[in-house]
Amino acid sequence: MSDRLRAALLIAPALAVFGAFFLIPLGQLAVAGGAGGYTTILTEPRYLRSLGVTLLVAALTTAITLGIATAVGLFLARNRFPGRGTLLALLTLPLAFPGVVVGYLVIMLAGRQGLVSEISMALGGERIVFAYSLAGLLLGYVYFSIPRTLLTVIAAAEKLDPRLEEAARSLGASPLGVLRDVLLPGLSPALTAAGAICFATATGAFGTAFALASRIDVLPMVIYTEFTLQANLAVAAALSFLLGLATWAVLALARGASGGAAG
Amino acid sequence: MGFWTGLGFTLLISAFLILPVLVSVLPGITANQFEGLSSGLTTRWLREVWANYGGTVLLSLQIALSTLVITLLVGVPAAYVLARHAGVTARLVEEALVMPVAVPGIATALGLILAYGAVGDLRASWLFILVGHVVFCLPFMVRAVLAVLLSMDLKGLEEAARACGASWPQRFLGVILPNIAGGMLAGSLMVVTLSLGEFNMTLLLHTPFTRTLPVGLADAYTALRTEMASAYTLIFFVLIVPLLSAMQWAAGRADRVGAVR
Repeated sequence: MSDRLRAALLIAPALAVFGAFFLIPLGQLAVAGGAGGYTTILTEPRYLRSLGVTLLVAALTTAITLGIATAVGLFLARNRFPGRGTLLALLTLPLAFPGVVVGYLVIMLAGRQGLVSEISMALGGERIVFAYSLAGLLLGYVYFSIPRTLLTVIAAAEKLDPRLEEAARSLGASPLGVLRDVLLPGLSPALTAAGAICFATATGAFGTAFALASRIDVLPMVIYTEFTLQANLAVAAALSFLLGLATWAVLALARGASGGAAG
Repeated sequence: MGFWTGLGFTLLISAFLILPVLVSVLPGITANQFEGLSSGLTTRWLREVWANYGGTVLLSLQIALSTLVITLLVGVPAAYVLARHAGVTARLVEEALVMPVAVPGIATALGLILAYGAVGDLRASWLFILVGHVVFCLPFMVRAVLAVLLSMDLKGLEEAARACGASWPQRFLGVILPNIAGGMLAGSLMVVTLSLGEFNMTLLLHTPFTRTLPVGLADAYTALRTEMASAYTLIFFVLIVPLLSAMQWAAGRADRVGAVR
């Protein structure tokens, strides 16, 4: 058997899965929206508003997560101390938690009978409950995103040449200057890649929003409601297709910008 | 940033990630959640959850293992071809194969329903969920195996085996597979973990008779008492955390092996 024929036979099953169960369904999705579906999305303010909220939540999630992950990641990459391994294991434990479980964690933390509420009551204050608001959703998305972003930042920080930093410092750069002019530029491909994944995940996931049953109409929740409760297939399909196109474009752009580092 | 400031912040973030886990599972093993731990520990909630939702755990395991078998059979040969061929076509195929990761699960699921929802009894079968999980998990298997294949001298190994008179099946099974076992292990753990926790797609693909673990959890969170929801969450953690530890161990091992090479 020629090498070429063998290669074709070996990759055929993967291409068949991709074609039959991804390409064809997505094609159906694009068509099912119909002219009506796409026009409705663009003319009805509530869909545009939902798109705005979704992008806002995703952008805030990305910014907060990158900030936290950069600080913690640089610290863990630079310092060796007893218990570092344990700390890293704790920080990456939620890596495999699905969004829906993260939603429950937010409820138990900031819900009506949550930890924050109990503590604020015990301190004699008012009952603090924010699980079901925008803040709760953000908290969940940040929780979900920290572990994977952190791993990317640590891996990139360990590859940075520490001599550059020393050189900058010995030339009289302030700690902030070192961060701005040496560390962040060095980390930027990894931060771009991790940020894009963060943004795309926060845009497309809905386990957390579903578990919180919050009043925040993020796009995936709107799609779910249109499809299951209103049987509005055209709008659901059009929204899904545009959402998929958007997350794919964000990831592709970031991959181009970060030189292939993005997932 | 000084060492102590950094450590303090890192500890704070660790607490933010770990505390909710503890707070969430505690009611599941506490006799009376309002009295707290002093009321004693109990397995009552766990037993009740198992009686009502044990089926979701078994179905999720069944789907995860089936997904694993299929992604191994389909993904490993694909990764091998992608590693052997450097041309534009191979890169385009690679790009296409990883696309399902970039598209939200709810979009893919809706597409699957539109395309195959009316085909025979597929919609009511657990195989419908399996199809979705395979599409979503396959890229992770391909990537994990491809990474290992690209880090080794694949061509050199094959030439050497060929020079010794090994046929292609002998080369693939006797030389290549043993060398990529680490990548297959890493990919397998990833696939099982992802499949067990998959919710975005499964919520649309499931029917009342094909409820998976995460779908059951979502149901418990909205409909059941805190004790039951917590006990159910604990069961999920008991399943997923060992898998995650194994995954990190496998990744660490792959790093060390890579460093030696």
